[in-house]
Parts: sequence; structure tokens; C-alpha cells
Amino acid sequence: MTLLNKVYQAVFRRTSTFALAIVVGAFFFERAFDQGGQTLFEQMNRGKLYKDVKHRFQGAGEEEEE
Amino acid sequence: MAAIIGRTSRQALLKAKSSSLASQANFVSFKGKNAKKWVLAVLGSATVGTAGVATALASPVLAEGLELHPPKFPWSHNGMFDALDAASVRRGYQVYKQVCAACHSMEYLCYRNLVGVIMDEDEAKREAEEIMVDDGPDEEGNMFKRPGKLSDRFPAPYANAEAARAANNGALPPDLSYIVNARHGGEDYVFALLLGYCDPPAGITLREGLYYNPYFPGGAIGMAQALYNEIIEYEDGTPATASQCAKDVCTFLRWAAEPEHDTRKQMGLKALMIFGAMLAVSYYIKRHKWTVLKSRKIAFKN
Repeated sequence: MTLLNKVYQAVFRRTSTFALAIVVGAFFFERAFDQGGQTLFEQMNRGKLYKDVKHRFQGAGEEEEE
Repeated sequence: MAAIIGRTSRQALLKAKSSSLASQANFVSFKGKNAKKWVLAVLGSATVGTAGVATALASPVLAEGLELHPPKFPWSHNGMFDALDAASVRRGYQVYKQVCAACHSMEYLCYRNLVGVIMDEDEAKREAEEIMVDDGPDEEGNMFKRPGKLSDRFPAPYANAEAARAANNGALPPDLSYIVNARHGGEDYVFALLLGYCDPPAGITLREGLYYNPYFPGGAIGMAQALYNEIIEYEDGTPATASQCAKDVCTFLRWAAEPEHDTRKQMGLKALMIFGAMLAVSYYIKRHKWTVLKSRKIAFKN
């Protein structure tokens, strides 16, 4: 309760700090959510995405160049 | 099910001492509550039933002839969150380049589209440089040839549709850029068509230059069977059977028709996650706001 109280006193009580908290929170939340979603998607499709199969074709590409 | 969820969430959300509340609220009449629930259930099932019937009636009754519908194949990108198989797309590009491109154009694809999808930028540049492109005019007003760049489109096998028809017995090989979206059945249809060639059944005679394919509407198709075992050699060593080639080229064509495929599914995943969280929050807020209304008691005094 005291922690909640502290947060309330420091952040939520004043509109100025509350608005600032929303903006900062939105920034970090969006970044984290995007990263998390992308990681989850890449985990679900591991082995199918280009970055996973790249190495299988890299050798062939270099041979073509030589 | 809904009742169970409702009951548990009610208990979880409204942390009140239920015993004392219950004793206070004992004399509130709940008569007819079950009847109400029953009516709701009947209404709900009636709605679902009506919707089902409406959906069944709305699906078109097609005049189906003798054409064969392709079966549903288990594509690796079928699922709601399944990305395209990049290795397969790349092999499919190889099949397109070495087999299909002899007759079919892909006029809406550029070499730059391949970057990051099936090859790196340098590799795509080398790929583009293999073709010669008309450019100009130069300082003297002449057109000239130059090696392709990333911004160039895939080369077209024929100069225009008339030339394509003239070279193919009057049949126009369709552009393959969006072909799996442009045909009923999508990649299932293309896959079945590519492998579906067979001898015409007894009683059907084909004109000169036509081939029999039961998956093609009408059965007589101007394209000869294109895929055979070992017609090409894959760079990653995958055995190039005809069905492997067909599967890969269909995956490639799916990507070509829908380059945003992977991004779209990733976006869908994120959207479902955020909307799921927001649904939970809004449900909590609704319960929170309604507690006052739901638990109040109005007593009338004489």
C-alpha cells in the first residue's frame, strides 16, 4: 500500500506528472510491445524466415561471384 | 461456459464479503431470474441458428460443370500466424526464372522486391545485372542497352500481348504477378494445375496445340506440362522433383501476389494481443463501474 501511495503522491496526483507519465509510458510500452510481438512471431516461425535460411544460400551466392 | 466465467470473474472482481452481503440481500427477490436466463439462451441459440442458415443460403450456388476442384493442400503458410517459407520462396523464384519465365511475365515485380525476402542486396544486384534493359535516349538520342538495376522490373518474355498470343497458338500466357489471387483456389489451384496433366478421357478430342488438364476450366489448356522431375537443379541441394518445384513456385507466387504476407500476419498477432488485453481491461472497468448499480437496493417506505 505504501508503494502505491508513493506512486500516487509522486505521479498520479498532479495532472502535469500524470500526463508526462502517460507519454513516457506510451513510448516505452510501444517499443517493448513491438519488440515482444516481433520476437514471438519469429519464435513461432523459426526456421522459415529469411534470416534463418540465409546461410543456406550464402555459400551458393559467393560461388557465383567467383 | 459463459455462466462459469461470469461467476468466477464476479467473485474475483468484486471482492466483497459475500456472506454478509448475502444475508443482507436475502430478501431481494430473484424470482424469474432462471426464466430470464432461459429466454436469453433460447434467443441466443435462435440468433446463431438464423445466422448459420443465412450464411448457408448466401453462399452462391455455382453452375458446376465437369471441372475438377483442387484439394486443399497443407501449405506451410496456411495458419493464421504462419510466415512464408523463405527457402521455398527462393527455390520458387529459381523455378520461375528457369521454367515459367520463358512464357510468363511478372510485370509488377522488381528486383528490389527480392532484397531482404529471398536474397541480400548484393546478390539481388548481381541477379539484376544478368538481364539487359532498354534505356535511353542518350546524348545523341539513341536508345541503348544496359545491365539491369535493382529498380528494373522482371524481364517480359514477349514485347506485348499480341506477340505472346502469336507465339503461343493464340493463347495468352497470363502475367503471374498476382495469379494466385486472381484464380479461384489460389495456390491450391496452381499446384494442382501444374501437376494435373493427363491423357484426355475417352470421347474428348483436343485441337492441335492444346493439352488436357482436368483442373483447367474446360479441360483444354494451351500450356504444355512444364514441370518434370529433375528439370532444374536447386542451389541448396533440395531434390528437384516435379511436386517440389510446383510447391516452391506456388509459395513464390503467393509471396509475389501478397508481398506483405508476413508483415500482415505479424501485425495481426500484435493486434490480437493488444485487443485481448484491452478487452480484459474494459471488462474490468465495466464491472467496476456497474458494481454500484448492480448491488444497490431501493427500499420504499410508506
